[in-house]
Amino acid sequence: MPERYVGARVRRSEDERLLTGRALFVDDVQLDGQLHAAFVRSEHAHGRLRDVDVSAARRRPGVISVITAADLGDYWRPGPLLVPPPPIPGLIFHTCTQVPLVRDKVRHVGEPIAMIVAQSRYVAEDALADVVVDIEPLPAVVDLEAAMAAGAARVHEHLASNLAAHVVQRTGDYDAARAAAHRVIRRRFRYDRGLSAAIENRCVVAQWDARAEELTIWDTTQAPIPIRNGLAARLGLLESQVRVIAPFVGGGFGPKIMMHYPEEVLIPWIAMQLGRPVKWTEDRQENFFATTQERGQVHDAELAVAQDGRILGIRDVFLHDTGAYDPYGLTVPINSQCTLLGPYDVPAYDTEFTAVFTNKPIVTPVRGAGRQHGVFVMERLLDLAARELGLDRLEIRRRNYLSRDRFPYDHHILFQDSAPLVYDSGDYAPALEEAAKLIGYHHFLHEEQPRARAAGRHVGLGIVSYIEGTGIGPYEGARVTVEPSGQVRVATGVGTQGQGHFTAFAQIVADVLAVRIEHVHVVTGDTREFNWGTGTFASRGAVVAGTACHAAATAVRTKVFDLASRLLETPPEGLELVGGAVRVVGSDRSIDLGALAAQANPLRGAVRPGTEPGLEATAYYGPDRGSTASGVHAMIVEVDPETAMVTIQKYVVVHDCGRLINPMLVEGQIHGGVAHGIGNAFYEQLMWDDNGQLQNASLMDYLLPTATEVPPIVIGHRETPSPLSPIGLKGVGEAGCIPTGAAFAQAVEDALADFHVEITEIPLSPDRLFQLLQRTPPQRRNQVIVEGSYVFRLPRAVVWDALQDPAVLVRALPGGMALEQQGEASYHGAMRVGIGPVTAAEFTVRVTLLDREPPQRFAMVVDGHSGLGFTRGTAQVSLEEDAAGTVMRYRAELQVGGRIAGVGQRVLDTAAKLMTRQGLELVHRELAGRRTGEASA
Amino acid sequence: MTQQVPVQVTVNGTRHDVVVEPRLLLSDFLRQDLGLTGTHVGCEHGVCGACTILLDGEAVRSCLMFAAQADGHAVTTVEGLASPGGLHPLQSAFHEAHALQCGFCTPGILMTLVPFLRDHPAPDEREIREALAGNLCRCTGYQNIVVAVRQAAADARAHSESESARA
Ligand code: FES
Ligand code: FES
Repeated sequence: MPERYVGARVRRSEDERLLTGRALFVDDVQLDGQLHAAFVRSEHAHGRLRDVDVSAARRRPGVISVITAADLGDYWRPGPLLVPPPPIPGLIFHTCTQVPLVRDKVRHVGEPIAMIVAQSRYVAEDALADVVVDIEPLPAVVDLEAAMAAGAARVHEHLASNLAAHVVQRTGDYDAARAAAHRVIRRRFRYDRGLSAAIENRCVVAQWDARAEELTIWDTTQAPIPIRNGLAARLGLLESQVRVIAPFVGGGFGPKIMMHYPEEVLIPWIAMQLGRPVKWTEDRQENFFATTQERGQVHDAELAVAQDGRILGIRDVFLHDTGAYDPYGLTVPINSQCTLLGPYDVPAYDTEFTAVFTNKPIVTPVRGAGRQHGVFVMERLLDLAARELGLDRLEIRRRNYLSRDRFPYDHHILFQDSAPLVYDSGDYAPALEEAAKLIGYHHFLHEEQPRARAAGRHVGLGIVSYIEGTGIGPYEGARVTVEPSGQVRVATGVGTQGQGHFTAFAQIVADVLAVRIEHVHVVTGDTREFNWGTGTFASRGAVVAGTACHAAATAVRTKVFDLASRLLETPPEGLELVGGAVRVVGSDRSIDLGALAAQANPLRGAVRPGTEPGLEATAYYGPDRGSTASGVHAMIVEVDPETAMVTIQKYVVVHDCGRLINPMLVEGQIHGGVAHGIGNAFYEQLMWDDNGQLQNASLMDYLLPTATEVPPIVIGHRETPSPLSPIGLKGVGEAGCIPTGAAFAQAVEDALADFHVEITEIPLSPDRLFQLLQRTPPQRRNQVIVEGSYVFRLPRAVVWDALQDPAVLVRALPGGMALEQQGEASYHGAMRVGIGPVTAAEFTVRVTLLDREPPQRFAMVVDGHSGLGFTRGTAQVSLEEDAAGTVMRYRAELQVGGRIAGVGQRVLDTAAKLMTRQGLELVHRELAGRRTGEASA
Repeated sequence: MTQQVPVQVTVNGTRHDVVVEPRLLLSDFLRQDLGLTGTHVGCEHGVCGACTILLDGEAVRSCLMFAAQADGHAVTTVEGLASPGGLHPLQSAFHEAHALQCGFCTPGILMTLVPFLRDHPAPDEREIREALAGNLCRCTGYQNIVVAVRQAAADARAHSESESARA
């Protein structure tokens, strides 16, 4: 038993059930007399429902019931607004929530129109074809900008337009910032997302027990308690009459917290009507329409930046696609708005968005929940600014980080949970340095990349920062019970979808009570076990419920000490918990926790007034506001410009999620998140046509990344504890996928520097990248080979040493102006070159010396850029001693591109030879001069 | 009544003589008729691999087969992997390496890997990733699965060496 479980890589207790096929998932539930449901869904994105004829379906043998909106009577009601918008002054929000079955108008493909219940799923699906649906098609609202144009068709006709919401938040004076700026960088960015694509589709099973008057629902939900409460209200039952069980859930990633899906409302209802258990299992194609998803935003953003790279202000105006309904309020776009600020000091922020109804499935949070969009805009703006200002990518970030002493830091805008956006703690710069180190930033820039480029390969690096608001309220609770067997039971309300909550909560409780983790049994996701709480979302499960477990276990510990103190006649301060027992410090007098639990629940005698029986406590934790996790992602990619394929060669995540309960679980969350982020960046895109039809609604056409696309990920952990949580926790569930798109864009752009591709959109795909490459064909390039020898009338050692000295080396470069040493053998500087009709321009240049074998040979990689084009290549240089002094032989292969390449091969060849010669002569003269200087001194 | 066909199939060592509808998928037969719900269904169109089982020792997707096609064959599902003595070494390696999260994809991945490891006792990372490329997992990013497979292969080799040393 480790000294402490929290912080250790404890293996998961839930694994064995999952590995042997014994774990119960909802679709595994099979009850006597169980019926199966299937749904008739709209094939049109937008249209008026004129008629539904279900008579043939009702006649089919094996069909038990067919239900349309008309059959629902009073039970037909739009769903609840789950997250009311925060109280932002001037905010406009139109609530339009989903309906159980369409009554008059279909608003997206896949919207349910009728439910068929039959003896088997096969028969129910057969009967789908019997239903005749008459829809008068209306023009579909698909494109965000077109949706807001005058005269556009309206998704909800009682509204004046497709505007679902409009929100403006301001802090500081952006106009003044803009006026004071050295540069203003303005771009339009598009960021699109896709499916959660949990491998388990949704499923609901309901059973009404008429004798007990109890409804039991098994549901693949992330929020069993709110589902129960909502259904009880809808069905006119007491909450205690409804039990919702979310057993093992095969991945959540956000959409499984939506409520209520039409199927969640209809299956329990029909089970009660028929008095028989009913199951519905979503199929993969339905999942593309019937489960919520996340989609696009279009940002018009500008950054006002000072000459030194400091952010003076940002203005961002964006459109957000909310789909056909908006039950989830403004969580996603407000996350985008707030997360854009990242770890940076932004003195003025002017942000405005319009949420837009479209004829597409409903948008609710998917892992990351809009944060990606914001991070993408900010990180791209910083990249563009760095380029314009000639700053290093790391440096511009360093200069803008909020420093460690500025927390808590109030951004003076409101977050999605209606609380002010205040960062609790953070320490950003060290994470950047660590990521730079792990990815080999300097080595890559000064050696690998020049070498690869010289060999004609296109490799690039991306490195970006992000923050993630996690662990928001309102609250979660937990009950901890010590049983007379000495076993400890923990019940909480959050559901679990693979995050390892069973193990993480057991670690926390085992530490507080000093028991072996095998003796701690955690139940989650069953409203009969615990019925207060909200659910697993916004990376809050471990933080909020974990802290509640800690509080409940601590309360039990107090009870343990109180009782033991009486029995052992020792004050509580004289007692300690060890190995499942309470012991009098420094003695061998002890009582097992189990025995104590039995004593605490006597069959006769009296429980002392003011105390409660048993060793049990329930506690709640409700943070005022969330904690802010942060991190840096870095990756190296190689792009093949012919095929536009991108391979990720290396991926680094440095992450700070406060105190780690279990690093193994955190790493697992990050691995999965990064894979999801890679999918989002390059593989996954929902393709809608103008009629609102999804073109790729199958896993054959919508590509999820597989083991061959996802690279191994190197992780660095940092721990800046949250002062908000008594145990310092921050969330981690979504971090892996938040900055991936931004890092990918930067890396690909870097790899394709020759093509001057600017990436302002995600997802890319080989197709899309290919189009971008077509738009900006690579600069014209020529190959120049310079070969020759040169005699220095000096000893070899002198020549060798001189060539390592930037002051001498600079002379060897044509038009060399300055060179500064950067790394061991790398230099950074400027040269001024003009050839023939092309006027001279300043090139920034990187020189790296490789393969050094003093004093005989080395290779020199040169990489120069300017507005006129580029020159890069490798020179092999050898030095031999001979009677005259030292003979230098050199052979350089240079690529020259851009306008300077336009002068033609002949001119280039001659110019290159001439400049090399002149350069070497300058070096020689300098050296000879130095020696005379030395001699005379 | 719809037409029925007789099927004789051995599942995890137990023989079943049944009559089924010709269109009954093997995955549904295993899950519903036999109650072997460890075999999961994630797509029903042959992409995700969650439904992978062994048919006469080879990995196949049970959502792409009819139960009737299993007539005369031997099927192994994830429930048949562990022995009464404990977990299959691959299952243990998955536990040790944290190679599963929600665990929905896991049975299919295990069943894909069993014949793979039999045929490739010393796979390198590339081979492991290619072997996995037909199974989708949304939770793990595959990294720890690769670690687990490498570990299971190494354990198996160490085991067979010590066996042969004893012989
Ligand atoms: S369910 Fe068979 S491959 Fe997906
Ligand atoms: S562990 Fe969840 S899909 Fe693989």
